[in-house]
Amino acid sequence: MTSMVIDKGAPTRAVKYRSVSRDRTWALRWSYFFLVLFAIFSLVPPFYMLITSLKGSTEISAATNPWWVFHPTLENYVKLLTSNQFLIFFRNSALVSILVVTITMLISVPAAFALARMRFWGSATLATGVFLTYLIPDSLLFLPLFKMFAVFDNFTGIQLINRWYALVIVYPTLTVPFCTWIMIGYFASIPKELDEAAVIDGASWFQTLTRIFIPVALPGLIAATIFAFTVSWAQFLYPLVFTTSTDQLVLPVGIITTLIKGDVYNWGQIMTGALLGAAPPLIIYAFLMDYYIAGLTAGATKG
Amino acid sequence: MADVSLRKVIKRYEDVEAVRGIDLDIADHEFVVLVGPSGCGKSTTLRMIAGLEDITGGDIMIGGDLVNDVPPKDRDIAMVFQNYALYPHMTVAENMSFGLRLKHYPKAEIRSRVDEAARMLDIAELIDRKPKQLSGGQRQRVAMGRAIVRNPKVFLFDEPLSNLDAKLRVQMRIEIKKVHQKVRTTTVYVTHDQVEAMTLADRVVVMNKGRIEQIGTPNDLYHHPATRFVAGFIGSPAMNFIPCRLEDSGGGLNIRLTDRIAFPLPPARAARYQGVTRTDRLLLGLRPEHIAELKAHPEPGIEPFEAVLDVTEPMGMETLVYFTLEGAQICGRVSPNAGARAGEPLRLAVDLNNIHLLNEVTGAVI
Repeated sequence: MTSMVIDKGAPTRAVKYRSVSRDRTWALRWSYFFLVLFAIFSLVPPFYMLITSLKGSTEISAATNPWWVFHPTLENYVKLLTSNQFLIFFRNSALVSILVVTITMLISVPAAFALARMRFWGSATLATGVFLTYLIPDSLLFLPLFKMFAVFDNFTGIQLINRWYALVIVYPTLTVPFCTWIMIGYFASIPKELDEAAVIDGASWFQTLTRIFIPVALPGLIAATIFAFTVSWAQFLYPLVFTTSTDQLVLPVGIITTLIKGDVYNWGQIMTGALLGAAPPLIIYAFLMDYYIAGLTAGATKG
Repeated sequence: MADVSLRKVIKRYEDVEAVRGIDLDIADHEFVVLVGPSGCGKSTTLRMIAGLEDITGGDIMIGGDLVNDVPPKDRDIAMVFQNYALYPHMTVAENMSFGLRLKHYPKAEIRSRVDEAARMLDIAELIDRKPKQLSGGQRQRVAMGRAIVRNPKVFLFDEPLSNLDAKLRVQMRIEIKKVHQKVRTTTVYVTHDQVEAMTLADRVVVMNKGRIEQIGTPNDLYHHPATRFVAGFIGSPAMNFIPCRLEDSGGGLNIRLTDRIAFPLPPARAARYQGVTRTDRLLLGLRPEHIAELKAHPEPGIEPFEAVLDVTEPMGMETLVYFTLEGAQICGRVSPNAGARAGEPLRLAVDLNNIHLLNEVTGAVI
């Protein structure tokens, strides 16, 4: 029995040696198999959202095939896009996200430059510390933050709770550490001689940052921007906690709180709202995808 | 343009002393090469002149001004790096003009300077390309161009040719020399390659373990090395070192290598070494070209001997022969027609007019 196995094994091995390309073909087939599997897995929910958003409320509650639209209608889209409320959610989301991205970049790019390049006492520890703050989950932070805002209100009379701009203050606690970390990795991968050449050419620290580091690290910068935008666009817990009036809500919370009334779910509009809400990040991804991937891989190997 | 002076310059990193007190005067227009094995402190010295490293002790002066605490941008120097350090997002022209643009030079002036430098370096047609579209040699030219357009007091080169292949290195070496002959800017050049040092320098500074071993013209260092380190470092193939001692013979002086082999020294040499203690352990330093095949009518001071060759290396215009003497491998240079064959004996002659005698203990040349 054993000897038979060995006898059979020998020629099989020889064949394997000859067909490196066949091995590769199989590796490719397997990877495509799993890629397709994951693609289906992640595309089914948006597809279902699209199908449902095109249905009238009678068709949604009817017991027909849920995966097909028999009477397509744009009624959900028209209703949402003409509803003042939904447009306010959209505006709030856009304002918060744009402001948060701006603030995040203004803080994390110079911070990363300083941590990556200016050797000062404790800079390495500080860089690790920046990353550690990112590991604290928002579910731990929202109560203390809420309390802080309340105390701030007591002392100054400036109300931040139930104001959309409170989110502009809160979100950077999530985005700045991670973006700083990405940018540290990216800046660290720029050869030291490049800033030495700039310094000898007469550039100040600030000029080295703006004229050399930012252009050279542009893919990383874009990756960080997309990350900050995605985080602030999709954040759910903080707006749920900090904002309550309908004119202060952002999109994710707004859709849930206004389109679900008790146990009545307005599925058509919920799906439409979610789909429209997913559009801006999707558009940004599509345009900046190449940069984003370049940024991610650079951060992965050099960080 | 300006002269550069280093006075007792020291650099200490935590517990290592990289540069241990260097005194060096570089004259205006001079091309000085710092050479030595890796870790000898040559790059650190250059970076201290540039202002990229703080100095732990001593003074550095450029053009008579003390620059110890002057930042690099105010020292009016330009530096060429080993990996070129071109700004990857800028074109060749933008790379070269970056320093001038930071100083807000008029556009026309920048343009004419860039054009002139590009013409000098033969990169005029590459002016709108990005660094990644250039070959290694072209990148090095751009890096030099970036230094030239600034018209600085001093050029600093940090192993600029190490990333190039051998053929290109020879070509760029000539290019650098040509540029220096045209612009005449004071230059400090760091390399670990002694051939580069010899071919480029007005004066060579040989460094070892953070100290200067010897400063001199290339010929000076080659023919009159001061220490065993310099004697062994300069010249390729390297100088042979053979243990020996002196002994009196009649009125003259013999140099004894082994029990069997001893050569009478020519009178001039004998007079020079008369004062050396006979029992001192000495080293005979002999360049390969002073061990050649025996000619029909040898000049005075050339003594014959026979050796069995271990290896021969035909180089075309000469053949390098290797043989063993008292356990040391000795290299000689013979004519390709001398009939040198590995494993066979060959009649050789040593030129005793050109020997160096070193103290084996101190390493000093006597």
